[in-house]
Amino acid sequence: MITEMNINHLQSAAAKVTLHDLDFFYAGYHALKSINMRILEKKITAFIGPSGCGKSTLLRTLNRMYQLYPDQQAKGEIMMDGVNILDAKQDLNTLRSKIGMVFQKPTPFPMSIFDNVAFGVKLYETLNRCELAERVEWALNKAALWEEVKDKLHQSGTSLSGGQQQRLCIARTIAVRPEVVLLDEPTSALDPISTARIEDLIFKLKEDYTIVIVTHNMQQAARVSDYTAYMYLGELIEFDDTDTMFTTPKQRATEDYITGKFG
Amino acid sequence: MIPIYTRRRIVNAINLIFSVLAMGFGLFWLFWILFTLFNKGLGGMSVALFTQMTPAPDDTGGLLNAIAGSLMMVTVATLIGTPIGIMAGTYLAEFGQRGWLAPATRFINDILLSAPSIVIGLFIYTVYVAKVGHFSGWAGALALSLIVIPVVVRTTEDMLRLVPDSLREAAAALGAPQWKVVTLVTWRASRAGMLTGILLAVARISGETAPLLFTALNNQFWSADMNRPLANLPVVIFQFAMSPYEYWQELAWSGALLITLSVLGLNIAARLCLRKH
Repeated sequence: MITEMNINHLQSAAAKVTLHDLDFFYAGYHALKSINMRILEKKITAFIGPSGCGKSTLLRTLNRMYQLYPDQQAKGEIMMDGVNILDAKQDLNTLRSKIGMVFQKPTPFPMSIFDNVAFGVKLYETLNRCELAERVEWALNKAALWEEVKDKLHQSGTSLSGGQQQRLCIARTIAVRPEVVLLDEPTSALDPISTARIEDLIFKLKEDYTIVIVTHNMQQAARVSDYTAYMYLGELIEFDDTDTMFTTPKQRATEDYITGKFG
Repeated sequence: MIPIYTRRRIVNAINLIFSVLAMGFGLFWLFWILFTLFNKGLGGMSVALFTQMTPAPDDTGGLLNAIAGSLMMVTVATLIGTPIGIMAGTYLAEFGQRGWLAPATRFINDILLSAPSIVIGLFIYTVYVAKVGHFSGWAGALALSLIVIPVVVRTTEDMLRLVPDSLREAAAALGAPQWKVVTLVTWRASRAGMLTGILLAVARISGETAPLLFTALNNQFWSADMNRPLANLPVVIFQFAMSPYEYWQELAWSGALLITLSVLGLNIAARLCLRKH
């Protein structure tokens, strides 16, 4: 009964991003096979699955990050707000300013903490100094980093600890006020305390953003996400709300992976 | 003692001995050269060296015109060669992943990098000096800049390749167009290495003699006119060292010491610069 209600919810709620028959190739290697799914607005969607299953690849098609590399290509359709973002006419940089991404390893730019956060803002908005400072403070506050760095904004971003660097990267991403935030295993390089802080943060960000997170850690998917997709060998095996996925999955393969029999 | 460990220890000791011997062999010659240079050159170091012109054989003087000429040509060559080298190196590392242009450029650049400098001197002689009909400082600077370019191209490309792709991806993910990713992030991340490359190129050209023989030639008198033959340290050293006059030979040693010290200074500056980042 509950399951049915959830499925209905999955189908009726506003989808931010819809994937139709998405295929992906690495120089001829078929990495994603006909993926269909709906990513709901202002919800957290988690991609789980064993290494090499294509979950990071799927995430990287959503902001066309793969296009930095010559021999990677995607086919199919990814609709966001009524536009196919895989369309060649879609401007890449505008797209990426709307879909932010945080990576596995923290990647602070070689500049001050302030400039790290201001970097993306300056690309698309013309703010005066005062507005820019406000925006940086806002983003650092959102990323729960402001209290720790407010007295050293002009120190290098690389001088921070790993967990702080990752929160700086999150601040940098939300400073440009994207609509969707993609997180590619954002805590896999961090200690448990930093991980817990970032999970709290992700949970709070849901109020304003549509979030997609790739994770190796199933407890993490269970803790933070609303919906979970299980992928294996480039296929989407099962996609449902997280409670259902972790309690009564429909596919045997999902259950085996989640209970640790496999993967 | 377990036999395998004994064997490893012996192999290790043998390798260590050979390595130390090889290093000692290299250092021996290096220090001998430096010792000779200081021994013969230090005597001629004086205020006059920096304030007076190159003398006639029976006169006294200094190397001021040669020092000034060298400084002028090295500066101009660096100003011409550095921007071209940085842009080309950036193209190779950041933009040239697709197509044939980058591999071809890289190959030609490697040839240019190892080309004998006298060939470059002859080239400028043919295309410039012979056409205008006289030797000049500009021709010298041009020849030197052709030596700067491949060095800077190579170091720029190498240093940019050290920047992890994750940094480029992070900047691109914020919606930065590629030219902004390059100028604001990857250049900044590798600026210490790129600066080192430029300093090494300057060090390389400050001692080049062959390309200047065919281009700037020499000038016994003070001249700051880049459009006329220009005195410079390497050619003066060559000329004075080959001469039978003892005073000229002493000046040549001092000039050699001067070049060595400035190259040493540049290398130390390059290292400090790398360490700071």
